[in-house]
Amino acid sequence: MPRVNGTGQRIYAWFERRLQLEGPVKEAALHPVPRNTASWWYVFGSAAFTLLFLQIITGILLALIYVPSAAHAWDSLNVLNHQVPLGWYIRALHGWGSNFMVAIVLIHMAQVFLFGAYKFPRELTWILGVFLLLMTLGMAFTGQVLRFDQDAYWGLGIGASIMGRVPFIGGGLVHLLLGGPIIAGATLSRFFTLHVFVIPGLLLLFALTHVWMVLKLGVNEWPMPGRVVRRATYVEEYNKLAHEDGIPFVPGAFWKDLVFSGAVIAAVAVCALIMGPFGPGGQPDPSIIQTVPKPDFFFLWIYAVLSYLPPALETPFILIAPIIGIAILLALPFYAAEGEKSWHRRPVAVLVVSFVAVAWGSFTQLGTVTPWSPHMSAWSADAIPAKFLRGASPLVRQGANVFQDKQCRNCHAVGGLGGQRGPALDDIATRMTPDELRFKVVTGGGNMPAFGKNLSPAEIEALVAFLDTLHPPNQRPAVNPVNEVYTSTHASGGEDIPAAQGAPR
Amino acid sequence: MDLTNDEHRLTQNQDAPTPTGIPPLNELARHATSGEDDRVVSRRWLLMKAGIALNGLVGLALAVPVVRYIFAPWRKDSSYESWISLGAVKSFPAGETRLALFKNPFTRSWDGPTDNVACYVRREEADKFQVFAINCAHLGCPVRWFPQSQLFMCPCHGGVYYADGSRASGPPTRGLFTYDWKVVSNELHIDAGQMPTLSNSAKLEKPEIGEGDCTCRG
Repeated sequence: MPRVNGTGQRIYAWFERRLQLEGPVKEAALHPVPRNTASWWYVFGSAAFTLLFLQIITGILLALIYVPSAAHAWDSLNVLNHQVPLGWYIRALHGWGSNFMVAIVLIHMAQVFLFGAYKFPRELTWILGVFLLLMTLGMAFTGQVLRFDQDAYWGLGIGASIMGRVPFIGGGLVHLLLGGPIIAGATLSRFFTLHVFVIPGLLLLFALTHVWMVLKLGVNEWPMPGRVVRRATYVEEYNKLAHEDGIPFVPGAFWKDLVFSGAVIAAVAVCALIMGPFGPGGQPDPSIIQTVPKPDFFFLWIYAVLSYLPPALETPFILIAPIIGIAILLALPFYAAEGEKSWHRRPVAVLVVSFVAVAWGSFTQLGTVTPWSPHMSAWSADAIPAKFLRGASPLVRQGANVFQDKQCRNCHAVGGLGGQRGPALDDIATRMTPDELRFKVVTGGGNMPAFGKNLSPAEIEALVAFLDTLHPPNQRPAVNPVNEVYTSTHASGGEDIPAAQGAPR
Repeated sequence: MDLTNDEHRLTQNQDAPTPTGIPPLNELARHATSGEDDRVVSRRWLLMKAGIALNGLVGLALAVPVVRYIFAPWRKDSSYESWISLGAVKSFPAGETRLALFKNPFTRSWDGPTDNVACYVRREEADKFQVFAINCAHLGCPVRWFPQSQLFMCPCHGGVYYADGSRASGPPTRGLFTYDWKVVSNELHIDAGQMPTLSNSAKLEKPEIGEGDCTCRG
């Protein structure tokens, strides 16, 4: 009990007598932690916690205006953006806070994994952390739905389509997910409930328990090669380390947490100020079909994976892979509760993190570019570069028209513009002979639709004539090998270009 | 205000009886946990167990309506579907595929624009129609019709379908979902009401067009 003098101290004493928080708070703040845990590597957890509170506060502020009704949500977001003073900024803070929170939670997870912090006795801390990650991602997804625009609408459609693949009960699960037969008012209401009540409640409860355990079990010591975790001796060794070479958590380690959290919130504020809020995009009217739906940043990798899976593997993968992934994360602290913590002695752990990071980065990049998506307006928007048509015959020009008009351009780029679903055709003539081009156009195959029914013979001839001109000036078009043999045997004089170069593949 | 004295009294007399005669809280706690009288304790424990049982029973009884309420949307497909008109037959010229819009038959007043559902009507001949759902059979994105190349293309993962709805290329494992249709007093009606997914439309067999109970209702 502090000495009672001065009004401030008397008020403090009055509350303290009734709350009796001083003891536990002091114990938590001043408990010794190993000196080398006062490191900048240990600041991500507290930053995630701080971001959670930023999200709660900005979320409450948004709820003052936002209307969770399918008929009005989109309007209310636009009112927030354009009419409510600084409404756009609160939306931007919440949106950027969400991105930062997912990123920081992922970094925190990678750090504690690499530092072996999930080992005995912190298994449960890790397990709660796994659920916290899932809930953070759940918040990101449900939040994207609450930004009720076209992307949200069709994102829900993808969610429903995935649910619909569950055997036997898929139909019922879709109804449960959507709150009815279609994406509509009931869908938004239930995602609002999840985003505002269910997940945040659990998230807060789990996060507080997570922090409680960090305080009770102590911050994971800095891993040293050769310092092996054993159940029998660990706690004793840790306490010895914390007391003999320890410092009080506050302020020894805590000042770094404070500085980093402050910096992260400042970064969110600056991002929000400069880049503004996310959306909303077009209104969630499913009769507007001129749309190219795309998920938010942290789900782009799933979007990419879903395009690269072979069709036969897709349903099993979508339904089973997440379960296996989560099971591995939950089982990890039991499988590896003891042993080396240092990354110097855990090459597999380092490889796994590197692999996951590279794979995630690559898929996210692909999800940004979406090379598999047809460019829906390329056929009418991207002109054929003039160099391809200079001095071209009328037939070739007609072929170029066919090429545009039949939407070939939506999947095939020419001159760097157009879809990337199929190969770029700038030098297609060096790879395929006219006969092969004709066959491919008519029958399709290998991910290309057959155009035989939709093109007249004249159109096919014109198209092939055009495609056969697509080769670099110093490289001649491919020819049929039979003709090639004939030409090289009977032609007088030498060919400038070796036969092999122009041979079809 | 005599705050200081009040604080002093509270702090000084922590273990002594308070002026009101009520023993301090920690004194009460000591009594509650002492096991001196086994009979008293066991009766209290019995009552406590009875209390837990009562709460469990009430909880279980309440869980029934709660679960029923939560699972209310989980219904048979047929309870969501009904026949709905897409307009006069003459608005769909023979040999063409056109986008048609309808209000979803199962709707709430706060659905806003979300109950505007689109579909493609293909009139092959005077009395032969095909009505396709807008949703790609892969992951439900809206496919777009290109009359020039007679193809449906999906903007999401590049699924492509031919004019008759059959799969042309890309990730979908089947053709476009179709609605059952009939012509009633020169209007085209379809049996609609749900977002089509593989679970309510996954049957690969194609029903006779315009006849029978279609498994591919959207």
